[in-house]
Amino acid sequence: MNINDLEKRVEWVWFQTLKIHRDSPETRIASSLSPIEIFVALYYGGLLNYSAKEPLIDSRDRLIISKGHGSISMYPILADLGFFSHEELNRVCKEGGILGGIPDPIIPGYETVNGSLGHGLGVATGVALALRVKRATQEVFVLTGDGELHEGSCWEAIMFAGHHGLENLTLIVDNNSTSMLDHTENIVSHGNLAARLEAFGWLVHEVDGHNVLEVHEKLSYLKSSKISKPKALIAKTIKGRGVPGLEGHPLSHIINPKRETLDAILGETD
Amino acid sequence: MTKAIAMRDAFLRKIHKEMDYDRKIFFVSADFGSPVLDEIRRDYPERFINVGIAEQNLINISAGLSLEGFKVFAYAIAPFITMRCFEQLRVNLALLSEVRELNVNLVGVGAGYSYVVSGPTHQCYEDLSLIRSLPNFKILSPSDHYSAEGVFQYCLDNKGPKYLRFDAQLLPALRDDVNKKLISNGFEVLQNDGSDGIIIATGYMVHTALKVASYLREKGKFISVIDLVNLTGFDPKSLLKEIQGFPLIVTLEEGFEGRGGLDALIGSFVNKEGLKVKLEGIGVRPGYSFELGTRQQLHEKVGIGERAVSTRIIKSFKGLE
Repeated sequence: MNINDLEKRVEWVWFQTLKIHRDSPETRIASSLSPIEIFVALYYGGLLNYSAKEPLIDSRDRLIISKGHGSISMYPILADLGFFSHEELNRVCKEGGILGGIPDPIIPGYETVNGSLGHGLGVATGVALALRVKRATQEVFVLTGDGELHEGSCWEAIMFAGHHGLENLTLIVDNNSTSMLDHTENIVSHGNLAARLEAFGWLVHEVDGHNVLEVHEKLSYLKSSKISKPKALIAKTIKGRGVPGLEGHPLSHIINPKRETLDAILGETD
Repeated sequence: MTKAIAMRDAFLRKIHKEMDYDRKIFFVSADFGSPVLDEIRRDYPERFINVGIAEQNLINISAGLSLEGFKVFAYAIAPFITMRCFEQLRVNLALLSEVRELNVNLVGVGAGYSYVVSGPTHQCYEDLSLIRSLPNFKILSPSDHYSAEGVFQYCLDNKGPKYLRFDAQLLPALRDDVNKKLISNGFEVLQNDGSDGIIIATGYMVHTALKVASYLREKGKFISVIDLVNLTGFDPKSLLKEIQGFPLIVTLEEGFEGRGGLDALIGSFVNKEGLKVKLEGIGVRPGYSFELGTRQQLHEKVGIGERAVSTRIIKSFKGLE
């Protein structure tokens, strides 16, 4: 896929995600819009080895999405790539479907139980350790939010991965600066998050998380980097991106965009 | 009876030996050791890791290793490995094992009052009820080093998350060897000449139960004693056969009474089987205490010492008359 296509793909995923949300307003929309470029870069930019037919095949790279509810935008991607049928997108949160308000590992393409925050990074660290001991060459990617990093269990894993130099582990922080009730900065500030991770022995890069080309470039660089440290990409993103009334709102996690707003973006119900 | 060794050492010796053949065994410790563990980390440095005093990470790392096919033994003090990281146990072991094959064995050392002088933080009276509340978890509670050793093969043969509840003290052996039937049946009748009642005990309390039975015999009451090791996987038909016909069934546990532990387990079993029998669930009187003393002294104070249990059973007999 060429570079321009990545940008087009981002637009498509953004649109599809809003459609899902219009049909299933129980889904968390704002935090699902902030990591779209990250998912697109991983899946369509050739960074992630996956098998839609055999999602748990040994040769896959492992992607653990710790901020589960903020990943509804994965649904159209996984359907597009053939992990499950497009029909599933029409029954999100509905009886008989597999795509819930918070994605579960019954969904092909999801590795672990997500939603309860602060678990994914530790489990990903265990997976990375296992792959190292097995001399396997696959990479482990894990996506967290910045609000999630208030969980102490994340820092237990960060200390551990840094100490053991787990070079096959890449943490991607969807740094949308917003937790449930306020901006993270006003709740408990992470200060200089990059410096903090570096202090724990990580190789850290920062990026504009809505520039898919830069996200792709940084992730490629980190993936090919042979340094014996775990790697982190802090992606500066905007929660609720592109949706009037939602974008940048401190309560964007819990407010839903108005139906008229969605209709204006998506067109009337088709 | 042979010389006693610690449950954990008997168990760790089995692991040490097996790690040579089975390269899928991984040992993770939360900065908790033992002399035998020193041999494991010396001989298998690649498959031993100390996560530090970080039980949440202990479980998450173990879950990750197990997702990749390792048979994991996670090792820490019992109250910490069951309570500090309870949600990790719930999400990444109990819940995840619904859809992924996991083999993670929590080796918790320090059942009940076994850390006698360390006080309530290090003592453990809530673990049975807590872990029982998690579907998919298996619970094994040995009473001596032979039963602890016997549990090892069960861990390899059975997938899923398990909690092994080990005593921290040296307990005398209750049998002469590893009894294979004990593990497959999940229990063993250690004293079978009872007619008046039967005690079902687990862990350290099996030792107390045997003393109580011998005291009551002097008083003319004949009590059988069952050592229940496999709390979640005992053979129900065999257990039923052993306990039916008794007018009184006593459960005896080193955990809070009436809070979902052994008493609730046997209570619901008896109920389900429709046995008409008086049930006396004896455990630690719920509450925390900072008092010091020997384990026996502490037990008497909370209602599970030899004297306290004997008195309670005698009272229970009176209610039957």
